[in-house]
Amino acid sequence: MTTVSVTENKGKLHPHKFLLWVGMASIVMMFAGLTSAYVVKRTFSNWMEFGLPSVFWVSTIVILVSSLTMHLALKNFKAHERKKYKNLITVTAVLGLLFAALQLYGFTQLHEKGIQIFGIGSNASASFLGIIVGLHALHVIGGIIALLIIFFRAYGTKVKRYDKTPIEIVAIYWHFVDILWIYLFLFFSFM
Amino acid sequence: MNNEAVLQAGAATLHVAGDHGEAHHHHKQSFITKYIFSQDHKTIGKQFLITGIIWALIGGFMSVLFRLQLGFPDTSFPWLSTVIGHWAKDGHITAEAYYSLTTIHGTVMIFFVLTGGLSGTFANFLIPLQIGARDMASPLMNMLSYWFFFTASVIMLSSFFVETGPFAGGWTAYPPLSALGDASPGSKTGMDLWLASLILFVVSQLLAGLNYISTVLNMRTKGMSMMRMPLSTWGVFLQAVLGVLSFPVLFAGFILLIFDRHFGTSFYLSDIYIQGVGALPHEGGNAILYQHLFWFLGHPEVYIVILPAMGIVSEVMSTNGRKPIFGYSAMVMSMFAIVVLAFLVWAHHMFVTGMNPFLGSIFVLLTLLIAVPSAIKVFNWLTTLWKGNLRFTPGMLFAIGFVSVFISGGLTGIYTGNSAIDIHIHDTYFIIAHFHLVMGVAAFFGMFCGVYHWFPKMYGRHMNNTLGYIHFWVTLVGAYLIFWPMHYEGLAGMPRRYYDYSSWESFKQFVELNRFISICVIITFAAQFLFLFNFFHSIFKGRKLTVKNPWKSNALEWTTPINVGHGNWPGEIPEVHRWPYDYSKDGHDFIPQTVPVGEEDNPLYTSAEFTGIKVEEEPAKAHKKAHA
Repeated sequence: MTTVSVTENKGKLHPHKFLLWVGMASIVMMFAGLTSAYVVKRTFSNWMEFGLPSVFWVSTIVILVSSLTMHLALKNFKAHERKKYKNLITVTAVLGLLFAALQLYGFTQLHEKGIQIFGIGSNASASFLGIIVGLHALHVIGGIIALLIIFFRAYGTKVKRYDKTPIEIVAIYWHFVDILWIYLFLFFSFM
Repeated sequence: MNNEAVLQAGAATLHVAGDHGEAHHHHKQSFITKYIFSQDHKTIGKQFLITGIIWALIGGFMSVLFRLQLGFPDTSFPWLSTVIGHWAKDGHITAEAYYSLTTIHGTVMIFFVLTGGLSGTFANFLIPLQIGARDMASPLMNMLSYWFFFTASVIMLSSFFVETGPFAGGWTAYPPLSALGDASPGSKTGMDLWLASLILFVVSQLLAGLNYISTVLNMRTKGMSMMRMPLSTWGVFLQAVLGVLSFPVLFAGFILLIFDRHFGTSFYLSDIYIQGVGALPHEGGNAILYQHLFWFLGHPEVYIVILPAMGIVSEVMSTNGRKPIFGYSAMVMSMFAIVVLAFLVWAHHMFVTGMNPFLGSIFVLLTLLIAVPSAIKVFNWLTTLWKGNLRFTPGMLFAIGFVSVFISGGLTGIYTGNSAIDIHIHDTYFIIAHFHLVMGVAAFFGMFCGVYHWFPKMYGRHMNNTLGYIHFWVTLVGAYLIFWPMHYEGLAGMPRRYYDYSSWESFKQFVELNRFISICVIITFAAQFLFLFNFFHSIFKGRKLTVKNPWKSNALEWTTPINVGHGNWPGEIPEVHRWPYDYSKDGHDFIPQTVPVGEEDNPLYTSAEFTGIKVEEEPAKAHKKAHA
């Protein structure tokens, strides 16, 4: 096995990290497609305007805080502070779950106001919100699964491994779904 | 370089042929890991190829069936009822079956054959070999991409066997036919299976595309700068960029479609009035929205299909023309331009949707702009051939044939791209003729070209040349005889997607012509069996390769052993010193990429052993000799 010299790899992105960047570009295109469809559809007749559920403000703060804890987790991992790191990724995952739950609660809020998301009698504007926010939540849940994997790895391995790449990859993805939500939140607020 | 690391991290079962090439012989892979759930990019490429061939056969046979209806609307073929059962009543294909056949023909040819089969095969097979990598960035994802494709195939195939038949609303799956389950028999289970299949296909293409891009950008060997890559690698790389950015949009469109079908939303469906049923409960949906989302992928899709073919043709043409490719950087730049423009022209499929004429004229302009990079490429191919020392191998013939059909089909693109003309010829046979020549036949020619050229690398054997020549000429002439007359029919206003034209007085003049086209289809389809026989027979019985580099090519893939193991190079990955198109330069017929600049005359690098044209004995014989 040829050992890969570190100098040769300097400045080059790890292939898996690069894979993530291209994958994120692809996810962006999906949401760009959906939000442009929203913009196009809005110009047609029969479009219902309604305010976003207030709980979305809370969920926005939750996901922002979770980005912060993720960042701190990565920082502590790099500083070999394993205990803090474990706690912080746990907090991040819990905040992620809380975010998904709050999003779901937002839709029950809408439902109580008499706005139907799906089914006969629903308006496309509400269905769009449902589908886009739902797909975003699925991406957050994907991030939670990734967090769980590195979480169990952190507890499972006896040998201390300090390969930071997987954690960096999860962190980048986590910040990505955070930024994606901010974009969607601003989009729905101002469009 | 992360090559070795990735291969190791990718899968524990892989053996790394790094410094210890011997490892080859110790790792016995089981049949399943070697041929079925293989993570070797070469095996995955072959899996894509063979799956693609099977689909091409099915899709081609479908076209024979519906051409029978179009060519012989009054004749009864009792054998049809035996073959397709109740889809052919009294020897006539039923209207439902006819629409299913055309729909599935389009879907499988575009997605499964010319996307999965073409780029899947050559991206997987060629990228690591041509850039000097041991395998893809993520061999596991690569394997998954094939198995998603395979599952998509199985689901599509299964839709043939549901009682209401496969989807019948056209390959574009416009709502309401695709969104309303009761719109037609094919819109029921058939459409659900169609959607499931295509969603899995999108996932497969995304996994594959991510991999191709990061492999090309991250794993090139030392000295292999981007501008030293063979154009075949450029082609599949850029198609992956297109795919990764446009397939998600189609995916988004499909999600909305699924919600309209099953969850009562009104994205595409409105209060359509149906006699006997009344108005639908949906409100305010608009089918045009689907068209925008669909064509935002749909148009890049035709470049996803054609870019790999362009790359393959450039590589094969330069190698067999014994001349450097003319205008390498212009070739790369024009492919770039095509990638960018591909995203800006989708609405030219929608000129008849009542679009604002001003908006239409912008799309006309952008569409016609694509003629520029396309023309640059055609010019460069022709000048590559000009005064070349041409070797007419079957691969080369298909490369030249590609340019021919690409010009013929491309010129009509200038007609169809103009909204003023397009509004007249939209949905006529003119369009059928245009896109079949420019992206159907052309991409098939690119695929044949690639298969004939790289078959020796894939299987260590040659294909039969004579069969290849017959296959080429029958296919070329056949393709023109099939599609050329359709231009006239289209200009006369003959619409596409009709089951039977005989009741229209104005189309009676085309009865004979339609029959002629159908006969040509049957003959051309039959000729493909020559290729099939040649392909499968040669895998087992073809003439064995005696040299590593049978085409005297410069590219890196021919520096690997005749029968390549996983890991591609038994020793170190070679270093690259030049571009791959130094043919007939300074008195050298060819100078492989591995020859350092200034060392062209060094006997070390001109030796038959180094250039790969030394006749190698079969291992068995050499073994015997050593013992004697």
